Amino acid sequence: MDLLELFFESLGTLTLNKTRTGLAVLGIVIGIGSVIALVSLGQATQQSIQSRIESLGSNLLTIQPGSTNQGGVRGAQGGRTTLTYDDAKAIQTSSSITTVSKISPEFSRRTQVTTGGSNTNTQIIGSTPVYLEVHKVTMSAGNFITARDVETMAKVAVLGPQVVTDLFGEGTDPIGKQIRAGGQSLRVIGVTESKGGSGFMNQDDMIFVPLTIAQKQLFGVNYLSSIALEAKSAEVMTNAQNEVGYFLLSRHKLNDPTQADFSIMSQQDILNTATSTTGTFTTLLSGIAAISLLVGGIGIMNIMLVTVTERTREIGLRKALGAKKKIIVTQFLLESIILTFTGGIIGVILGIISSYFISRLTSSPFVISLPSILLAFVVSAGIGIVFGWYPAQKASNLQPIEALRYE
Amino acid sequence: MNTKPIIHTKHLTKIYKTGVVETVALSDVSFQINKGEFVAIMGPSGSGKSTLMHILGALDLPTSGEYLLDGELVSKLTDEELADIRNRKIGFIFQAYNLLPRTTAMQNVMLPMRYAGVPKEVRQGKAKKFLELVGLGNRLEHTSNQLSGGQQQRVAIARALVMDPAILLADEPTGNIASAQADEIMGLFQKLNDDGHTVVMITHEQDIASHAKRIIHVKDGVIIEDTANHKQNINTLSKK
Repeated sequence: MDLLELFFESLGTLTLNKTRTGLAVLGIVIGIGSVIALVSLGQATQQSIQSRIESLGSNLLTIQPGSTNQGGVRGAQGGRTTLTYDDAKAIQTSSSITTVSKISPEFSRRTQVTTGGSNTNTQIIGSTPVYLEVHKVTMSAGNFITARDVETMAKVAVLGPQVVTDLFGEGTDPIGKQIRAGGQSLRVIGVTESKGGSGFMNQDDMIFVPLTIAQKQLFGVNYLSSIALEAKSAEVMTNAQNEVGYFLLSRHKLNDPTQADFSIMSQQDILNTATSTTGTFTTLLSGIAAISLLVGGIGIMNIMLVTVTERTREIGLRKALGAKKKIIVTQFLLESIILTFTGGIIGVILGIISSYFISRLTSSPFVISLPSILLAFVVSAGIGIVFGWYPAQKASNLQPIEALRYE
Repeated sequence: MNTKPIIHTKHLTKIYKTGVVETVALSDVSFQINKGEFVAIMGPSGSGKSTLMHILGALDLPTSGEYLLDGELVSKLTDEELADIRNRKIGFIFQAYNLLPRTTAMQNVMLPMRYAGVPKEVRQGKAKKFLELVGLGNRLEHTSNQLSGGQQQRVAIARALVMDPAILLADEPTGNIASAQADEIMGLFQKLNDDGHTVVMITHEQDIASHAKRIIHVKDGVIIEDTANHKQNINTLSKK
């Protein structure tokens, strides 16, 4: 009896008992499908949170001036005017700072912006070309501010997509048009790509102008509201924080770190908190997935044991008619393989489909983890095959008459 | 009359152990059955007749003693060789028919030939021929649950015959069948015996046993009587 014929017989037996086959397949489908969906949900959430934070720039350090402290009254953080463009340049050229790769001096303030008939209140950011790289901003049209624009105090502006919509209406190309802010007329030279941020720092609702224009022409100040630094890598963040901290202390002629007139915040601090939160979440979901895999596995084990044990008489009959042990074991093994693979493939497909719908519903990225698919498939298929094979093997070892008498 | 022994048992003993309790089902049973015989083994329940039948059918092994089937020492064979013996030499007919459920008559009859590796075309031809022989030529594609008890037993007989075995063993073949159909089944056995098949049957009914030419009575695991059934022998002689 060749394997192909045995395969078709197994297939025939399985289609004869539709309910039994259906239940066994269902157990495997749920076991595998739920694991894939849960793991994918966990990873999607983690990726979504991480990518949102990383979109702000992951190796980012922000120096802000300290709070005013006059006559014992402590003012708001960043209220002081101690941070200057010269500080930024000094950090840039200092030989003692080795872990910082990019320095972006910034001055930002909210103000009213008008063009023709419409106006909006938005954040003006005086920046240098480095801003683009440090804050991971990309352009959707036109150019960003150049070093030459900063030097020559060119009256140009780069708009965030939200500002374009507010001032010119959606889908309009604003490049070359004029806007007015702080009593100055600025020519639009570019539009940034939407980052989809929201809340306290909506990165789509900003106008970028050369730092020198913002300081001298629009707002008439000579200090900075912040300096953004990009560390060379995530590993040297702490070093960078220390190097820059001590450098600025000595530059501002302060000996005691508690007297510092600035503070340095790390993007990494935020990222760490978020990662550990999502990590806990993923661990939790993996735990649930492991339990469903276990429950699914027990379900598969149960149905395979029952179906094969219930067929002990059939095994006895087949032996009485001259079936060799090998043929019986092969037949049951084939049945188990067909069952688990059918269930496994349906389970993988359903798992992927439900992951897709979960990602659509929660507007998180659609992530499929190959290891989780493999693990779920291997565990379920393994359990199905072992518990299909084991009772068949046991029954085929009996004398035919014992198997025939089996109740 | 051909006197070559098909079945030859020497001091067959079978002991069942349930925990510490030992039950002697067969005790020192020795006899011969020759080719062409029609033997009924009779006895009350618990007499050991079923155990004897199962050992003769190579479905079970004796605890001690020897059993030669068509010259082969069955009690010393391996599992693989036993499967082969059951396949080629023995046609076993069960009281409960034991057809594969939800499977057609044809497929049931073809099953032993599949295990013997008979090519598909040959199988179909032979299965059809034997189903016609037992009078089911118009029921080939009926599944077991679509057939009456008597018809199912005839499928089982066709299945037992299809490998042309040295011996047909029937375990209470009419036990589950209404009496009118039972007579048809017994008629079929007699016809097969007339055609030269060796038939061994167990029963506890006297009128069923009366179809055989030789009756062996078993009680408490030993043969208490082994007699020729003169009525049947005379019938056979008068037919010839």
